Amino acid sequence: MNRQSLSRRFRKFLPRSSVIDQPGSLRAYECDGLSAYRQLPLLVILPETVGQVRRALRVCRELRLPVVSRGAGTGLSGGALPHPQGIVLSLAKMNRVLEIDAPNRTARVQAGVRNLAISEAVAHLGLFYAPDPSSQIACSIGGNVAENAGGVHCLKYGLTVHNIAALKVATIDGDLLTLGAPGGGLDCAGFDLLALLIGSEGMLGVVVEVTVKLLPSPESARVLLGAFDAVENAADSVASIIAAGIIPAGVEMMDNPAIRAAEDFANAGYPRDAAAILLCELDGDSAEVGAQVIEVRAILERHGAVEIRVARDEAERALFWSGRKSAFPAIGRISPDYYCIDGTIPRKHLSRVLAEINRLSDEYGLRVANVFHAGDGNLHPLILYDANRRGELEKTEELGEKILELCIQVGGTITGEHGVGVEKIGAMCAQFNDSERAQFHAVREAFDPARLLNPGKAIPTLARCAEHNAMHVHRGQTPFPDLERF
Amino acid sequence: MSDSIEKRLQQQVLEAHHAAQPLNIVGGASKAFYGREAGGAPLDTAAHKGVLRYDPAELVLTARAGTRVADLEELLALKNQMLGFEPPRFSGATTIGGAVAAGLAGPRRPFSGAGAVRDFVLGVKLLNGKGEIMRFGGEVMKNVAGFDIARLMAGAMGVLGILLEVSLRIVPQPPLEKTLLLEQPKPGDAIALFNRLAARPLPLSAAAWDGGETRLRLSGSAAGVQRAQAAIGGEADSLGHKFWQRLRDHELPFFANHERSLLRVSLPPAAELSPLSAPQLVDWGGAQRWVAEADFDALRKVVARHGGHVTLFRHADRRAAIFEPLAPPLHALHLRLKRAFDPVGILNRGRLYQAF
Repeated sequence: MNRQSLSRRFRKFLPRSSVIDQPGSLRAYECDGLSAYRQLPLLVILPETVGQVRRALRVCRELRLPVVSRGAGTGLSGGALPHPQGIVLSLAKMNRVLEIDAPNRTARVQAGVRNLAISEAVAHLGLFYAPDPSSQIACSIGGNVAENAGGVHCLKYGLTVHNIAALKVATIDGDLLTLGAPGGGLDCAGFDLLALLIGSEGMLGVVVEVTVKLLPSPESARVLLGAFDAVENAADSVASIIAAGIIPAGVEMMDNPAIRAAEDFANAGYPRDAAAILLCELDGDSAEVGAQVIEVRAILERHGAVEIRVARDEAERALFWSGRKSAFPAIGRISPDYYCIDGTIPRKHLSRVLAEINRLSDEYGLRVANVFHAGDGNLHPLILYDANRRGELEKTEELGEKILELCIQVGGTITGEHGVGVEKIGAMCAQFNDSERAQFHAVREAFDPARLLNPGKAIPTLARCAEHNAMHVHRGQTPFPDLERF
Repeated sequence: MSDSIEKRLQQQVLEAHHAAQPLNIVGGASKAFYGREAGGAPLDTAAHKGVLRYDPAELVLTARAGTRVADLEELLALKNQMLGFEPPRFSGATTIGGAVAAGLAGPRRPFSGAGAVRDFVLGVKLLNGKGEIMRFGGEVMKNVAGFDIARLMAGAMGVLGILLEVSLRIVPQPPLEKTLLLEQPKPGDAIALFNRLAARPLPLSAAAWDGGETRLRLSGSAAGVQRAQAAIGGEADSLGHKFWQRLRDHELPFFANHERSLLRVSLPPAAELSPLSAPQLVDWGGAQRWVAEADFDALRKVVARHGGHVTLFRHADRRAAIFEPLAPPLHALHLRLKRAFDPVGILNRGRLYQAF
């Protein structure tokens, strides 16, 4: 079916403004936050109601049209990259907070509501929604659910999966499923499909409504900044803080290239010569936080911190964070392009992994800056490159894949919070074997037998992995044949 | 040794798969009363035990499914750590595989730093109904590679796979725990109090009402606990820790006194179930209520209005429905998922729902 007749079909039940079919306007949807991959879809639709979503999905099933759901398009793995023969289903117009249930501490919102808008809507009740991906000002809750988004505070407060009470999900058949406990209870009968849907990258259903759990805002939050002249000392400090029984609200680490870039960009007062800095935020009851600040300070000293600062007030706390939060744009200023990796490792292997990343960086002749959610082992090496130089993107991707294989090798994973999308689909072949991937496909087909929802993402086909792994064998390196993968 | 146990379990599943013979998965058999009656030849996982990796500074532990919860908790306590979901031990034989498969959590469940069983599952190694051994998830806190099949196993009652190993996120023990006791004749007053307190940043870690007595557990630093006690009031209950353990393991008189039926009601925490004449015990700050001697269908109707669900937990006719019936499209999806993991339908068949 061509673009025009398809557009007419959707306009039968969607307003004119909800169907985009002009190539100029479609351009805005050709990529998500991973702009290295671009593709124009046949059509973009922006339904305004759950009924319209269901009807649209029935049309897609009938015409066997691939469907790529899209929230705010801030994802970093190409999960919302359009399909050339398919439509993009944007949830952007479904952006209303439907109900705030203060006694049960939940909010029911449409999928297109921005993450930060939820906390803003309930702030007057002394409540907040905990997961805070760095894009929280723009990203949508539906997208957070699709990716199981994390954030700076997930060591203490968990990921998206820990903070959702219920979902309404439209299936490819146009049915509407309620998963979880919509009233704000803590469980439901049957399988935990809520957990399965969260992080499923739009391949099992279209999330149209989300009931989030709300938490009481902590009475007090304080942040310490510790500077170290060796990365190991910073890493050991984190292990000691946790061994002391303290779960900080967030612990972030940056290496020297990241510190310099962030400091030049944000003037946060970071010591430019430090090998690593740690930012450690403690929150909760003010008496408890006061005691923990003293304890953490002593731990940082014990591990040879060359400088320790405790933010004196909210303004200084915001300043400490400003450098970390602007790390990505800061790198963007010193390099034409950068490529963000999302591997997660057991923390104890940090020094070894950073040393190996530095070695790979030299080998490939590409600079790498590292920011790190140190508390939960989620590493974000940023590879600096120039897409206008012939072959540099390919070289960058190869380096990226090497780093991910390194993460698997030390018992980690290829993606902690950004998702597989199109970007890491090759690396999935290294992390899972044939029967595991076949199991993923079987689960997918239980929801979507025709495989129309976000095809080509997240779970590689067996054929694709055969090709991918064969390529690796050609280079004389089967990916870790004797590796114990846990 | 344990590798050979794993091979033996796999062999047993392969044979059952080929012969289409149902298997009844048994760990410590401490929850044999729970769920529908599942026939089939017993598949014994209790011998598949042992902690494989435990690194306190990483807050991660991996154990074989047959490892006893009591042994695990003893090991964790040596490092001042614990399981964040406070799993019940209905007998000393409770295994970690059974605890994960049943998905039951103790009094700590709704509170900060705690959670459901699945909230602590990082990875699993499992045997599906075709006898394939697979790993999902891992040993790191954040992992979004592939569908979250590891968490799907929590509470699935062995219907989708046999757990061989589980990796769990571990939490530190709080430095201090204290229980406060208040007299409250009516459960409604306790529930109102629980929800008022839960909306404030207090170090609560359990909240229950039983027979006119409200108990609140506070967990945290000495300074934080003391401050919260001053804010809440009530008397310190020096035997409080015993109460929570007996509540967790169903050893309180409430559970012994009602031997005809025990229903578990899962509800939004602030929901009012009045007028409910049946005896009840309120746990989880109102989100879990144990009700004795009530009619399943009548109670279900009331609870459904609040978006909750009811389970016939003990002393029920285990050939009939035990869990809340699923809406038709959801039931159909469950069937298709069952087939995706266990095409012949041999694993704990009928334990959750009659059809699968």
